[in-house]
Amino acid sequence: MISFDNVSKRYPNGREALSGVSFEIQPGEFVFLTGRSGAGKSSVLKLIALLERPSRGSVNVNGQNTGKIKSRRIPAFRRAIGVVFQDHKLLVDRPIYDNVALPLVVAGTPLKEVDRRVRAALDQVGLLGRERSSPLELSVGEQQRVGIARAVVSKPQLLIADEPTGNLDPALSVDVMKVFKRFQEVGVTVIIASHDPHLVDQFGQREIVLDGGRIASDTYRDSHRARMTAQAPRLGDLPDIVIK
Amino acid sequence: MSGAISSYATRHLQALFGSLGRLIRAPLATVLTLLVIGVALALPAGLALLVENLRSATGDIDHALDFTVYFKAGTPIERVQLLAKNARERNGIASVTVKTADQALEEFKEASGFGDALTALSDNPLPHHLVVRPAPTASGPVEIEGMRRYFAAFPEVDMVQLDLDWVRRLHSLLDVLRRVLWVVVTVLGLGVLAVVGNTIRLEIQHRRAEIEVTKLVGGSNAFVRRPFLYTGLFYGLGGALLASLIVFGGMVYLDRAVGELSAQYGSRYVMQGLGSRGLGILVGIGAALGWLGAYVSTGRHLRQIEPRA
Repeated sequence: MISFDNVSKRYPNGREALSGVSFEIQPGEFVFLTGRSGAGKSSVLKLIALLERPSRGSVNVNGQNTGKIKSRRIPAFRRAIGVVFQDHKLLVDRPIYDNVALPLVVAGTPLKEVDRRVRAALDQVGLLGRERSSPLELSVGEQQRVGIARAVVSKPQLLIADEPTGNLDPALSVDVMKVFKRFQEVGVTVIIASHDPHLVDQFGQREIVLDGGRIASDTYRDSHRARMTAQAPRLGDLPDIVIK
Repeated sequence: MSGAISSYATRHLQALFGSLGRLIRAPLATVLTLLVIGVALALPAGLALLVENLRSATGDIDHALDFTVYFKAGTPIERVQLLAKNARERNGIASVTVKTADQALEEFKEASGFGDALTALSDNPLPHHLVVRPAPTASGPVEIEGMRRYFAAFPEVDMVQLDLDWVRRLHSLLDVLRRVLWVVVTVLGLGVLAVVGNTIRLEIQHRRAEIEVTKLVGGSNAFVRRPFLYTGLFYGLGGALLASLIVFGGMVYLDRAVGELSAQYGSRYVMQGLGSRGLGILVGIGAALGWLGAYVSTGRHLRQIEPRA
């Protein structure tokens, strides 16, 4: 699904955000990217979503080398990836419905299909019935769930999220994380950047730890098999929070 | 295939109605922009109409181009009539009217008011003459000069009276006006481009967040650009319609004055309006300028907005 091969990213200001990073993520995996702020988590996600291109090395996403994708092909590439942002990037002057429908509208989906999928996506994040509300009428946790609905509405096979729980209290964070987990359970590859070790521990998924632009540890390399078998029971240990 | 076409059409319709909705939701700003474009288009349209009217008005009073061929005293009337007959067969001559000396005297008596004094004359001092009217297609200075030479060559002809300078002046005036028209069209056309371009630039800045998010979720440049192009098109169309209203209003205002003026020249001139052809050209130019302004502006400014997560 995704492979980074000796990837470095240097920004125009001279800061080297990533140096020699290599990893692979298989289809259907659930991966946490962790590390202190500035460790390079966001850079990894930007390289995956083709918001940036690598300075050195190669990034392959969905079988495409992102360094070789022409500018005019970028929109189509991005449509295949669902992205969730920490500040959710909702359009506050549009109702929830329009926000969630946007990826379908830009893809030219027939209106009937748009309607059906928007409702399905809102249902999946527990916000069905709030289509006409403005994002400003929602709580922060609900806004983040609208952001998730928008990311999944076009049924991407890859979902990436940059600090999706950064602005949420612990209970809401688990709440939002469970939404992501459900998408992984139906086969979507999920990559989440988070600096919250407790949350990451609670979910017990593969964790790539970045430090100073390098991979400090990757539980996939360390004890992947153990993790995979340990997954199910650990999920059951979670506090039972119902999504309203 | 039909699915692809209908989804393409759907996207265009969405952009079209989206743009229209935005313009309607901000009526004051929209009306002000339309007014600026309307005035900028009304000026060249009005000037074009003026040139067109001058041309057709001078064609209408083409008796102003009539010239008179005076014969020497004692030329027999039969000879005059033969000459008139030959002249009528020439190209470029619309009509030739024979005025005998007697008719000329009668007309002079009536027009001058010297009727009684003239009866005192024992002899008619006036010669026979011809009134020649050039065809509208041959009313240029060169053609008229040719006709003058033709008549002046006959030995019986005493003089040919025509005011060629007047014709020359009129033609060069029309020529200047036509050039002025092109200058005005060019300058104000650029003005319309700038107004639309700047309005679109401001709107792009205003909607920066939206454009960024749209690109983030995979909106192509064409998708982002489309509504702005429609907005430009609507500005151009609306401005052109407003311009035609302004021109129409100006004509209504001038109508009486022009009627009185033309009455003094013994004519009943009715001003020509834009007509469906003129309206079509005006609206076409307006729409094209609006679209082009938006095209240039979006090309420059949309590229600068790339999502930075």
